[in-house]
Amino acid sequence: MSKFVTLNGNQTIGEAARQIDPDVIAAYPITPSTAIVETIAKFKADGLISGEFVCPESEHSAMSLCIGAASAGGRVMTATASQGLALMWEMLYIAAGLRLPIVAAIANRSLSAPINIHGDHSDTMGARDSGWIQIYSENCQEAYDNFIQAFRIAEHLDVRTPVLVGLDGFIISHSMEVIQVEDDAEVKKFIGEYKSLYPLLDSKVKMTVGPIDFTDYYFEHKRNQLEGIENAPQVIEEVGKEFGKKFGREYGFFEGYRLDDAELCIVAMSSAAGTCKDAIDELRSEGKRVGLLKPRIFRPFPHQRISEALIKMKAVAVLDRSSSPGAFGAPLFTEIRSALYDYEERPKITNYVYGLGGRDIKIEHFKEVTDDLEKIAETGKVEKVYSYINLRE
Amino acid sequence: MAKLKDLAAIEDRLVAGHGMCIGCGIPLIFKVILRATEDPLIIANATGCLEVCTTIFPRTSWNVTWVHSAFENAASTISGIEVMYKALKKKGRIPKDKRFKFLGVGGDGGTYDIGLQALSGAVERGHDIVYVCYDNNVYANTGGQRSSATPIGASATTSPAGTQSPGKIQRRKDLTKVLVAHNIPYVAQASPHRWQDLYNKAKKAFEVEGPAFLNVLCLCPTEWKYDESLGIRLAHMAVDTCVWPLYEVENGKYKINYKPKEKKPVLEWIKTQGRFRHLFKEKNAWVLEEFQKQVDQDWEELNKLESL
Ligand SMILES: Cc1ncc(C[n+]2csc(CCOP(=O)(O)OP(=O)(O)O)c2C)c(N)n1
Ligand code: SF4
Ligand SMILES: [Mg+2]
Repeated sequence: MSKFVTLNGNQTIGEAARQIDPDVIAAYPITPSTAIVETIAKFKADGLISGEFVCPESEHSAMSLCIGAASAGGRVMTATASQGLALMWEMLYIAAGLRLPIVAAIANRSLSAPINIHGDHSDTMGARDSGWIQIYSENCQEAYDNFIQAFRIAEHLDVRTPVLVGLDGFIISHSMEVIQVEDDAEVKKFIGEYKSLYPLLDSKVKMTVGPIDFTDYYFEHKRNQLEGIENAPQVIEEVGKEFGKKFGREYGFFEGYRLDDAELCIVAMSSAAGTCKDAIDELRSEGKRVGLLKPRIFRPFPHQRISEALIKMKAVAVLDRSSSPGAFGAPLFTEIRSALYDYEERPKITNYVYGLGGRDIKIEHFKEVTDDLEKIAETGKVEKVYSYINLRE
Repeated sequence: MAKLKDLAAIEDRLVAGHGMCIGCGIPLIFKVILRATEDPLIIANATGCLEVCTTIFPRTSWNVTWVHSAFENAASTISGIEVMYKALKKKGRIPKDKRFKFLGVGGDGGTYDIGLQALSGAVERGHDIVYVCYDNNVYANTGGQRSSATPIGASATTSPAGTQSPGKIQRRKDLTKVLVAHNIPYVAQASPHRWQDLYNKAKKAFEVEGPAFLNVLCLCPTEWKYDESLGIRLAHMAVDTCVWPLYEVENGKYKINYKPKEKKPVLEWIKTQGRFRHLFKEKNAWVLEEFQKQVDQDWEELNKLESL
């Protein structure tokens, strides 16, 4: 039986990890994801997890351990954030290049300097070209649901690509929420048995894994690697639907909120989407035809589906919780603007960076953005392509 | 005691066709070590000469399961494999009677320097692994840069001898002692010219439960710049000068496995190696003296430790 429980985001991931019970969990503590590791350590200490839990001496080693363990032939997970993910950077590419279905929970946090422990998406956006599938969660329930689905997606034989699940540091990782936790056995059934491909621990076959490629093979191998992430959309969709059938909460590539009849659209991921929904309700009562598009999957970027949802809008504002210094806009914006290029008729589009280092974004800010969108729709002109929300300048 | 004839009859686990230089010490070391267990073996190899020269896709010289992931993490990669083995065995997904041995391998760069933290972590956690460092005193694969295992006075491309420099001026790190300080069951230093000793040590390392560490002197004619026909004699001389003592530490107890009847001066070891050539200039004489002093100190201390 599923039950309602009050948990914060970190405990939610811990709970999902206990239910999934991966063969090996290797993770290193860092704020704000520390409690994920602690929750799992305690589950292990109390005999509630049958897999092995290792606390290595760094995140670099945590990911290296995951790589060793996954290539040995079993289900593997980790959790980290911010500097921890940055320290893993080298190994993220190797996990993806070796097509290892590792799952990581990331309590999204800013990157130093200056050091700051609060939530933004700089960490995972920095890893956006590492070859990992990226899923973002609005709240604890989504973090739980996404984390469970992540194993199915990563381990699907057509995908075999690592997946990270983001939940906003503190805003979600430390917020208590009543969530629906599914029955242990049902979760296990949903995940299914782990199928290992070319496990090192196969005593019958002697394998060389991770050899060196020169100019004659590297390019083809990198191209081959892409097949996994290219096959992911279909699997993401199937798994999201199946999850909905089984547990009553269906998932797709993005969520639209009051989007069907909207003329103006705000695009925002993760926890900010929750506040945005409240803002939209208020704005709607004022007669403004504004809606929200909340991307859930950032890699592989669902460019066609998102474009199709946005194409009929008059004006679109893309809100990014990270910046890409020197680029023509922040990561989410550049993806969306590029996706819209193929359409002759396309909405005007503008980009806002918000919430770096955990800075609040409130209902009033979404209202200001909507005012801007109205002006853009009216004049057909975007005065500022790139601006900041709630920043003293 | 192992007989050469018997060892020769065992199938090679590192086979011909690799691209290591003529006279390279690496194959000598691993041909012995890989014979020291009959169990299926999984190797995690750090980036370096051994890794690069044996696995140029689509060919491989490994007749055993082998994985490479990066330069600094052979110890954590092999830990991950070992942990998964434990997990699957407990869950019954690997039959009870199936045994594997887990071997991490790195050069001095991958072990003394960039991989030291990962190695320290792995042995502290007590994984049942063997880690072998082949110490050729240099980053050979990348063309001869200094490492913390490079001896004082050696010229390396990042500590070159020059008009104002006698080559590397720092004392080499005593990594074997660093590992001893981790209080693990077995730590040893070996050299390929005493293959029987190397074999025995590898066998012990594989048999002991928990982490074991072997530091093996590795010849590198290319970067030490000597005539490869001198070959194994340079390993002999490193041991006879006590530059590279052969010893083991079993559960904290030191044992020197070979004491030269007549301890040769360091000069005898360095004189044929181009990387020390500049030390024969008068102004660099102090470096050689310092080198000798360090070797004498270390040897004396080692003898004391053995007598404890
Ligand atoms: C993080 C990282 N830094 C640097 C390198 C470049 N690199 C590859 S091998 C190597 C030196 C290896 O030296 P050692 O471990 O002594 O092995 P050897 O080449 O002597 O066999 C270096 C510096 C790398 N691959 N990865
Ligand atoms: S450079 Fe040295 S260590 Fe590398 S293959 Fe050649 S001889 Fe061996
Ligand atoms: Mg070396």
